[in-house]
Amino acid sequence: MTLRGKLLLLLAALAVLGGVAVASLLHAADRAAEKDRPQAGGPAIGSGRISLAAGADRRIVFRNMAWGPHRDELATVPAGVPAGPRTASGVKCLRFHAAGGTGICLQAVRGTVEDAYRAVVLDAALKERAHYPLPGIPTRARVSPSGRLVAWTVFVGGDSYASASFSTRTAVLDTTTGRLTTSLEEFRVVKDGKDHRAADTNFWGVTFSRDDRHFYATMATAGQTYLVRGDLTARTVTTVHRNVECPSLSPDETRIVYKKRVAGASADAPWHEYVLDLATLRETALAEPRSVDDQAVWLDDHTVSYSLPGDYGADLYTVPADGSGSPKRLMTAALAPAFLE
Amino acid sequence: MYVADSRSTPATAATAAARDRGPGRRAAVAPTVLALGTVSLVTDVSSEMVTAVLPLYLVAGLGLSPLGFGLLDGVYNGFSALVRLVGGHLADRGGGHKTVAALGYGLSALCKPLLLVASSLPLIGAVLAADRTGKGLRTAPRDALISLASPEESRGRAFGVHRAMDTAGALIGPLVAFLILRQAVDGYDAVFTVSFCVAAVGVLILLLFVPSRPRPPATPAPDGAPRASLKAALALLRLPDVRRLALCALLLGLATVSDSFVYLLLQRRLGVADRWFALLPIGTAAAFLLLAVPLGRLADRVGRWRVFLGGHVALLLVYGLLLSGWQSPALPWLVLALHGGFYAATDGVLMAAAAGFVPPELRSSGLALIQTGQALARFCCSIAFGAAWTAWGDRWAVGAATAVLAVCATAAFALRPSATPPHAGTTTDKVSEETPA
Repeated sequence: MTLRGKLLLLLAALAVLGGVAVASLLHAADRAAEKDRPQAGGPAIGSGRISLAAGADRRIVFRNMAWGPHRDELATVPAGVPAGPRTASGVKCLRFHAAGGTGICLQAVRGTVEDAYRAVVLDAALKERAHYPLPGIPTRARVSPSGRLVAWTVFVGGDSYASASFSTRTAVLDTTTGRLTTSLEEFRVVKDGKDHRAADTNFWGVTFSRDDRHFYATMATAGQTYLVRGDLTARTVTTVHRNVECPSLSPDETRIVYKKRVAGASADAPWHEYVLDLATLRETALAEPRSVDDQAVWLDDHTVSYSLPGDYGADLYTVPADGSGSPKRLMTAALAPAFLE
Repeated sequence: MYVADSRSTPATAATAAARDRGPGRRAAVAPTVLALGTVSLVTDVSSEMVTAVLPLYLVAGLGLSPLGFGLLDGVYNGFSALVRLVGGHLADRGGGHKTVAALGYGLSALCKPLLLVASSLPLIGAVLAADRTGKGLRTAPRDALISLASPEESRGRAFGVHRAMDTAGALIGPLVAFLILRQAVDGYDAVFTVSFCVAAVGVLILLLFVPSRPRPPATPAPDGAPRASLKAALALLRLPDVRRLALCALLLGLATVSDSFVYLLLQRRLGVADRWFALLPIGTAAAFLLLAVPLGRLADRVGRWRVFLGGHVALLLVYGLLLSGWQSPALPWLVLALHGGFYAATDGVLMAAAAGFVPPELRSSGLALIQTGQALARFCCSIAFGAAWTAWGDRWAVGAATAVLAVCATAAFALRPSATPPHAGTTTDKVSEETPA
């Protein structure tokens, strides 16, 4: 084949492949635009003010995932009518939690060449108090019950050709002093009673105690996950139990709800939701049969809430914390709930 | 496109290639090398598009927890080394360098649309493994083609040009991916589709513009010329120069800590802020891109072996700076520049050096052998480094790596291969005018 023939062939291929590429881009852009139009049968949503303040009436603040102009904004409903009309705030977060009048919002910052991420500490009126750059993709966020401490976890990784090794970084912030621990990996680790040091240590899913000093979290090292109890003053974490991910401490601080990797489950859906009694280390399987990949939230001392994939990305469910009953859908098209009173 | 760059109007690629390798055009880079560079650039745009959005896709698109995904890397390393050897062997055995390279590029291209349907971690892991199998298959035959298309005296430069183009693709890829996600929120499917289209263009450029070597004749090879077989490939290690070079690459690989550890240490020891962490690999790549050609030319002038060893001295400086723990705004820049310089002085330069010692009949196998030894040694180093970190903490781990590298570099210096490659004369492959089917 002559050079000219080859060039013509290349041009023809470029035209065809370019057409396919443009078509796929237009299709994806169309689909993205469609999510900005309200869907028939979705919950009613209007704009309004949201308060994270303690002491107001009982309400749920969450990420609204319903399609329409307020998609992915923080929204609120009264706790008594979770399926009722939603009030949207205009604030967008990839991860969110609130307690004691403080909110934490992990959001994307659109840059010219790529997105960056930042953690924004919100006051009770959802106004920014401070923000911190993040080294990776947001995955978990929590506020301590008093509203003083905040923790967040990001995924970091995938930096070489077709490499897919990930690590997590978990930071803890004291909002009153502004003191930031950028990574829990700075803490001394006591594993099975001995000092432990490893390059492959990862922490995620912090949940705070009421005393604003202690916390629980997941630590992973050498392919095994542990529940660790952390002490912010002593800057130590101590292993408590094995095979615990995304722990969440009950309001009375006697139990942890968490996701446990169960033997024999499929690789796509490896987890089952469990409750661990901290005094006896007794595990109780909850009545949710599906694999949950979420850090659950306690509504009160008897009920936990978690998200599962739904038609609009995610729906919220509740299940009793003692292993009885069955899961009930609390809300459709909602994520990251904070139950405020 | 290189076609637009050639300052002549060649009737065919073949005559151009033949003329380019004539004695009068010593400084020019052969069209075949530019074509292969273009293929690598385009392919890297395609693969880095996927790499850049993969974490986001797993976490935000699929809502998966990708932790533990890294296990794939570890398990896969040994397999990928094997694939490299197989690719090198097949290319020499009669498959032809171009055919095996095309298979490798093609396999990786076909993996892109599979990402559209793979929605669980194990499946995505399998697709990525297949993608890397393609990469493993093509690396040695591609480098063999580069070496066979360029004259001995400018081989370092040819590899430098190729590596610079390859790295340019790696830098462009993420930009393209993010532009797509700007136009279409959550448009991961568009990213994968565009990535496939780009990869297909790469395969096509390879098929159209890279001349294949003529098939080995069916008649027995003349006496003295090695026949391609596994035995012959291993027998390469009996050649003192090949053995020394492989041993040096292996030794130095044993002291080469993986990039992710370097970036982690930059942050922990030199206090690089979180917001810059994701940009650190770009720093290394940019330095690699800028230095690949100059260092390739330097290698042609002062000797590849010296530059290769010099690259490891740059790595030694990287370790030293990390060990020092000095905190100054300029230091991370210096570390990244040295780290990129290390790659620019070693990656293509090692292949240019190796090509001088390996006979053309076994070129792919020989290059694969040396690459594999180096890759496995680096893998062992990373495991050992992680273990040292666990046992003694990061500072002592870097200290140990520094000591090991100093010892290995000294040993490598003592072992250095002879200065004049025996195959300096066998520089050209006959360019066939086969039109690919």
